[in-house]
Amino acid sequence: MGGPLLTMIVQRIALGVLLLFAVSLLIFAGTEILPGDVAQAILGQTATPEAIANIREQLGLDRPAPMRYLEWLGGAVQGDFGVSYSNRQEIATQIAGRLGNTLFLAAAAAAIAVPLAIILGILSVRYRNTFFDRIISIVTLTTISLPEFFSGYILMFVFAVSLQWFPSSATVYDSMTLLERLWAIALPVMTLVLVVVGHMMRMTRAAILNVLSSPYVETAELKGLSQSRIIWRHALPNAVAPIINVVALNLAYLVVGVVVIEVIFVYPGMGQYMVDHVSKRDVPVVQACGLIFASVYIILNTIADVASVLANPRLRHPR
Amino acid sequence: MFKTMPVSAMIGLFGVCFYVFLAVFAPLIAPYGETEVVGGVWLTPTAQFWLGTDNLGRDLLSRLIYGARTTLFIAAVSTVVAFIIGILLGFLAAVMRGWVDQVLSRLNDLLMSIPTLIFALVVLSVLPSELYILILVMAVLEATRVYRVSRAVAADIAVMDYVEAAKLRGEGWGWIISREILPNAASPLLAEFGLRFAFAVLFLSALSFLGLGIQPPAADWGGMVKDNKDGIVFGIGAALFPGAAIATLAISVNLVVDWLLNRTSSLKGGRGDG
Repeated sequence: MGGPLLTMIVQRIALGVLLLFAVSLLIFAGTEILPGDVAQAILGQTATPEAIANIREQLGLDRPAPMRYLEWLGGAVQGDFGVSYSNRQEIATQIAGRLGNTLFLAAAAAAIAVPLAIILGILSVRYRNTFFDRIISIVTLTTISLPEFFSGYILMFVFAVSLQWFPSSATVYDSMTLLERLWAIALPVMTLVLVVVGHMMRMTRAAILNVLSSPYVETAELKGLSQSRIIWRHALPNAVAPIINVVALNLAYLVVGVVVIEVIFVYPGMGQYMVDHVSKRDVPVVQACGLIFASVYIILNTIADVASVLANPRLRHPR
Repeated sequence: MFKTMPVSAMIGLFGVCFYVFLAVFAPLIAPYGETEVVGGVWLTPTAQFWLGTDNLGRDLLSRLIYGARTTLFIAAVSTVVAFIIGILLGFLAAVMRGWVDQVLSRLNDLLMSIPTLIFALVVLSVLPSELYILILVMAVLEATRVYRVSRAVAADIAVMDYVEAAKLRGEGWGWIISREILPNAASPLLAEFGLRFAFAVLFLSALSFLGLGIQPPAADWGGMVKDNKDGIVFGIGAALFPGAAIATLAISVNLVVDWLLNRTSSLKGGRGDG
């Protein structure tokens, strides 16, 4: 760990923090500048101007926007997201448990999808252009194109309704043991795995194939090394950086992809909470959820950046 | 061009044409009206109702055919708008360079750093639920991806000798963008258009599925999944038909795009595999 490397990593992280600020500004402005009016939306089209002025004052909307942004951001940094419009409860307490649920679901899916994708990717390179490779290629291309709500309901139809192996709705509560929880989320996890594994596997395959076309691999081939040894010992270490990148990007996608899947399986997570409150036009809740989702996404992307710098020394000296 | 077409691309092209045909001639093909209640709730498929009926007793096949119209039309319009915005700004950034490029690219990075669906949810929570707003929101979010691609493509072309020659001839920015760069960027952008269109179909369906896209009673595929999803637990597969339609359309478009991409990369002497 030399000086330049550390500076570079600090730079990336600083960039991430800067981006987070810009995104918070964008999310706040997005609900602020746009022509919709919250008070109007709550009361409906028939509201009298007095009633609208009244509710604007109640919600503090009559004060200047920059002040409200600073207050909102200051609160958000300390974990205080204000009060929901629709049920007048603290948003932070409502979110806490749900965020945990969402991360649990995403983590369980990642624990299956990442190893599966990498192993399939390596196998399809090892047996490239064979029947096995073609099958994997066709299957993953199909799973990539399937919308989550299609694969989700198919899995539900087959495994929950016809075979009755798993519950159709993923209900979880605090007193459940870990095993009960995992059983309850089996179907949403399977759906998530289907959504991300194809992309991850194809990128892994492409990354290794890319390395395989370089001269040093040809040398290894001419030395008479076996295919497996070339892939595992020679090609894979150099393909690690792009693979890490793809994995982190897909993890970021997992956290966002849960939104639709939580709605399908009625899972008490952040995604369902956010969607519910979008239709209720409960702006503070939507802002809070949007900020958290965007933060997780940006943090994972920054980790991907830093990890690929660490894994690939050539990236440490930008031209 | 069509003689060397692989089977997969043929299948894809057939699928796309099939759905476009359904969309264009929907009123002629559909056996019943779009919102017409024709029988009991969730009837199983019979000779009279080929795919059965939906949660309100409307003919599922007819709704599926009309849904093709709504879904394809809105996805196509938003993709076209996205391409107009994205290509204009992307080419402008590539040709002007300097601070114009910097400002546009950083703004674009910022928009892209928020996941599309999350951003759409935030914006749609304040905007009125109107059709044109839905199309604009989808277009702006997609334009970020188009901007990236068209800027990269145009940046490669902008340094070519013939562009230099046009500049020395004294042609303006408008000429260079529309007469020098656009024709040479058409091929990769066409493939991108296919990808973006498939994405728009999926995105629109996801929004409608969440109840934030096209409002009832108009039929659209995502909304139909939402309408009939409660039947799944009773073993009624009505929600699976629109889901399958979305999936097959997305796969068809991807198959055609794959072929287009392979064709353009082999024209440039790139390797076909990998």
